[in-house]
Amino acid sequence: MTCQEARSLLHAFLDDELDLTHSLDVQRHLDTCPACAREHSAQRALRTALRDEALYFRPPEGFTTRAQAALRASAEPVGAAARAGPPSGFSWTRWLWLPAGALAGVLAVLVAPRQSADDLLAQEVVASHIRSLMPGHLADVPSSDQHTVKPWFNGRLDFSPPVKDLADEGFPLTGGRLDYLGGRPIAALVYERRQHIINLMVWPASRDMDRPLTVATRQGYHLLHWTQGGMNYWAVSDLKEDELKQFVRLVSP
Amino acid sequence: MAPRALDERAVARFEESVLPQLGAAYNLARWLTRNEHDAQDLVQEALLRAFKAFHGFRGTDPRAWLLAIVRNACYTWLRRGRAHEVTTPFDEEVHTPDGDVLNPERLVLKEADTTRVRQALEELPVEFREVLVLREIEGLSYKEIATIADIPVGTVMSRLARARGRLQIGLAGPPGGGVAR
Repeated sequence: MTCQEARSLLHAFLDDELDLTHSLDVQRHLDTCPACAREHSAQRALRTALRDEALYFRPPEGFTTRAQAALRASAEPVGAAARAGPPSGFSWTRWLWLPAGALAGVLAVLVAPRQSADDLLAQEVVASHIRSLMPGHLADVPSSDQHTVKPWFNGRLDFSPPVKDLADEGFPLTGGRLDYLGGRPIAALVYERRQHIINLMVWPASRDMDRPLTVATRQGYHLLHWTQGGMNYWAVSDLKEDELKQFVRLVSP
Repeated sequence: MAPRALDERAVARFEESVLPQLGAAYNLARWLTRNEHDAQDLVQEALLRAFKAFHGFRGTDPRAWLLAIVRNACYTWLRRGRAHEVTTPFDEEVHTPDGDVLNPERLVLKEADTTRVRQALEELPVEFREVLVLREIEGLSYKEIATIADIPVGTVMSRLARARGRLQIGLAGPPGGGVAR
């Protein structure tokens, strides 16, 4: 191999993009030609300098979260998007113009209404619901048989969740899974209504006092929660609110 | 209107395959725009565009796919705001150092600290900068780079060789000084 040939292949050699035969040819040439070997080692030095971790620009803190929020908002219908987050044309860097004092003020306003325990829980419920919709996350025990789903929780939870199949009423049970909410493992029962998924999260109430139905909407999802017979229930879905209420009446008559 | 559950599944699928590539997307945009704020806006914009096009994505490499969209967004931005960067069509030959500058003595890299390397890399023409960033910093193969930059694999190789030559010249200059043009 001549120097010219070796030089023409040197970069592909360096980048591990040569087939074995050519790679060996280049290596043999480098072993016998000091000038090409010097060029090769200069290129390797350059590579080492470029692979310095400090040259990899990491996104600023919170970037992924903000990008995700904007993405979700853009995926929602117009009305929901207005409630749930910034419109797609939103540019957060615009806010970097705010002087620090003003920014602190804005943050204070945003932070001021301390979130109640229910608010935090509602956030967790929505997060759990969204996670469950990701491929392979919906059910640990995919079954429409309540006599399969209910015993599955035995030994996995320290309580036995009430499990009802509501297929005859138009809400077929499709499975169950373990989840973790409010600092404890809970039962999540999965129901379907047409294309819509309903997650019903169940765990024992800390106090034996029934609480009436409360309705909330977050990120376009409806959340209904209540306490009955010593159990906390949260139902979450993108189903219409009145249909979700119908579902709740069937779960807890 | 499509059922909402389908929308949610599309979002979930997108988030699972494309969102993990956000770091690579930001790194590329940051190198191409050379500033943090525009990089953030452009990646955000590209991400939404990618989501809209996601139903048509059948490939197996979401990273290369997203990076190609980010690259296009960055080039559009460069053309719009920074006319001087890309108005003249890129000519490999014109932007290439001639033979005698490539003599080995000048190519030995001395004490190239990160700041100097970053500066020298930022001063390269954007077409050279992007192949080096994708190859060395992001660690992509020629094939992936060819997909992202929309050039043949052979061009990736020759452009990389030239880009490295240019970078070495930049680094061989006086510390803190500009790049010989």
